[in-house]
Amino acid sequence: MTDASADVVATTSRWSPRVRRIMGFLGVLVVVVVIWELYKVVGKALGGVVPGTELRLRPPPDDRIMPHTWDVVLQLFRPVRRNGELTVLLLGKAALFTLREAFVGFVVGGLVGFGLGVAFVRSTLAERAFMPYVVASQTVPIIAIAPMVVVWGGKLDIPQWLSVAIIAAYLTFFPVTINTVRGLRSPAPTAMEMMRSYAASPSQVLWKLQVPAALPYIFTALKVSATASVIGAIVGELPAGFRDGLARALLEFSQQFNAEKLLAAILMSAIAGILFVGIVTWFEHRLVAAAHRQE
Amino acid sequence: MTPRDPTERDVELLESHETDIFAGFEGDIPGEPGRLETWIRAYGPAAAAFVVVLALWEILTRALDIETFLLPKPSEILDRFITNAPIIWGHGFRTLVEALGGFVIGGTLAVAMAFATVRWAAIREGLLPFAIAANTMPIIALAPIANNWFNVTSPLSKMAVVSVIVFFPVMINTTRGLFEVDPGELDLLRSMAATPREVLRHVRIPNALPYFFSALKVASTLSIIGAIVAEYFGGPQDVLGQYILNRANLFQFPDAWAAILVASILGIAFYVLIVLVERLAMPWHVSLRATEGG
Amino acid sequence: MSDAVVVARGVGKVFGTDTDRVEALRGIDLQIARGEFISLIGPSGCGKSTLLRLIGDLLQPSAGELVVNGKPPRQARLDRDYGIVFQQPTLLDWRTVRANVELPLEIMGVAREERAARAEEMLALVQLAEFADHHPWQLSGGMQQRVAIARALGFRPALLLMDEPFGALDEMTRELMQQELLRIWTETETTVVFVTHSIPEAVFLSTRVVVMSPRPGRISAVIDVPLAHPRDVETRESDDYYRLITEVREALRRGETGEGRR
Repeated sequence: MTDASADVVATTSRWSPRVRRIMGFLGVLVVVVVIWELYKVVGKALGGVVPGTELRLRPPPDDRIMPHTWDVVLQLFRPVRRNGELTVLLLGKAALFTLREAFVGFVVGGLVGFGLGVAFVRSTLAERAFMPYVVASQTVPIIAIAPMVVVWGGKLDIPQWLSVAIIAAYLTFFPVTINTVRGLRSPAPTAMEMMRSYAASPSQVLWKLQVPAALPYIFTALKVSATASVIGAIVGELPAGFRDGLARALLEFSQQFNAEKLLAAILMSAIAGILFVGIVTWFEHRLVAAAHRQE
Repeated sequence: MTPRDPTERDVELLESHETDIFAGFEGDIPGEPGRLETWIRAYGPAAAAFVVVLALWEILTRALDIETFLLPKPSEILDRFITNAPIIWGHGFRTLVEALGGFVIGGTLAVAMAFATVRWAAIREGLLPFAIAANTMPIIALAPIANNWFNVTSPLSKMAVVSVIVFFPVMINTTRGLFEVDPGELDLLRSMAATPREVLRHVRIPNALPYFFSALKVASTLSIIGAIVAEYFGGPQDVLGQYILNRANLFQFPDAWAAILVASILGIAFYVLIVLVERLAMPWHVSLRATEGG
Repeated sequence: MSDAVVVARGVGKVFGTDTDRVEALRGIDLQIARGEFISLIGPSGCGKSTLLRLIGDLLQPSAGELVVNGKPPRQARLDRDYGIVFQQPTLLDWRTVRANVELPLEIMGVAREERAARAEEMLALVQLAEFADHHPWQLSGGMQQRVAIARALGFRPALLLMDEPFGALDEMTRELMQQELLRIWTETETTVVFVTHSIPEAVFLSTRVVVMSPRPGRISAVIDVPLAHPRDVETRESDDYYRLITEVREALRRGETGEGRR
């Protein structure tokens, strides 16, 4: 932040930036809950219509469709159905299922992306020849066609989870390639001259200079890809036939018209996504810690 | 701009490289448009190769008599694209409306919130980390509840999901752009006793425009995709998402691909539209980029 | 002359294509003896950085002959006969100061214990031993440059090439660093080729100052600096010092206006 008022906040606040961020996050969460409940109160008082018109309020404030926030959380600790397991357990398993598919694809896509990035930097010929295809690959809206890919894969006798993993890999490799290339080329010209003055071999230059310099860029891409992989996994699970996974949970609770369970499922999906990115961020802090001089 | 003096700086061992075509990823390099020559140089040979691949694809699928459901021929897809044109473009229009509606709603809210953060630092401290974290969640999971709340048959239910998808990147980037201003410029304006409003107008907003457009470009593609995926969670049948899903479930893949082609075209057109608006809004920025060095 | 570390005969360098040629250097004749401290000084475009890079085999000459440490520059580079320091310290942020100094030794394949010992030695030489486990961004600009110098000297090269290493530092730090550099030069007995924009710096540091002029880049004068060693604050106030500065300044001016050659 380069704004002076931000500096004032920074120097006068007694909390570290990290703590402030967490507090900020919680603060907004509290505000969201307050707005939610306030909306319900006011909406009910208005009888569920926009004052002075016949228009129904959307979303409708009554408890069946828009449950109280605490009811949603409580639902997690109730059984999913009579004699069923706890909602949180069911959703937890679903989340793990989805995350596993996403993770496999994510790792493969990341490795492929990194490999392509290194290849493109080593050989301009390869870059000129293949980069346009890499870029063009992204004009195919893979998330949008994820269900179709899974059905298609099914026809080709590819297991469903593998199709989903392929989708996740597809979503990951492009940002990672681009950012790997950027990162590998990021060192200053004098740094390259310096390596040359040491008569370093190309692979020494790669591993001692370029790759460490590229890590921050690569992790930026990985964090975005992590989210995309989870989204791709959920969407890919939509076609009929998937018994496990978050998409199934979402669809089922949606068909049951049970808003509490549905919102609980959405909450778990959100946690799954945030957790995945959180893990990638943790790795980032471990590997790139030394280069983090700001914050 | 004085040209760089080659005797002082050039080192032959370094290849020059152009990475302009990778515009605006995550707002890292805000508002970096591809330059036309780079574009042609990069895509010219690829476009030619693309045609070759297409031809090979056609020939191979014919020669090896590959089943349509395994790998449809380009000619079949084209045929469907033309035959089904009225239907898929009609569906496409409805999907586009959902995408545009969500884009406008989400984008407007995002800009409003971004400006709010300028006024009240507390909001910025809270909202930015929240937005960054919220953006890591699979927003598409909101589709079923949006269907419940906003009536599954109404386009509003899809617009709601799209607007959330669009909101976060636009808000985050615009806020960044409004704040990551050169302190020198701020000092300059303060020395002229400028009011916060004037600072906003003369420094912050111009600075934010590249970040803003960078996010809009990302959002334009996301809104089409978001609308289609939201449609997968249920709703009227006469939209692209449902059409694709139905065709796929019936293994009528050429029809599905034809519809996807429509979606891609819409996405590209929307993106190009934003690029054009960007050039109109920031002519100075584009021409700056056209000169070497800098 | 076997005691010459660098021998340049008629060296020239041209950049660019046929239609857009820039003659960065023409007809460079220079001999640098072992143990000397040579400064290359001149205005922008005179080719001083280019000449430095030719010696270091970071560029290849278009004409003439260049011998470094009795070998072609390429061989000298492969044999790691020189260390180089740039204006930006170019330290790797993800490594500690110690690891940065060890980098060239790592690349050379030196064993771990010897690397560590050598790094310790170099850091002691530049008086930064207590900072061995810090990271570059925790150090000031001057300290970072000292680490860069320690790194460059790690494998005890015959030659030290420096491209305006103190250009990014403030005046006071600059003067301190100059003093430091002379001490290191005396202790290690390396030969130094030093590119600079600053006349006082060139005179204070060097045994000889090579004045260059642009378009095309060439040597317009070589001035001996017979000031006594060790040089210190008093040297900076002596009459001889000011006289030599004036001499260099005039040589520069003559070079610019084209009067006289070498």
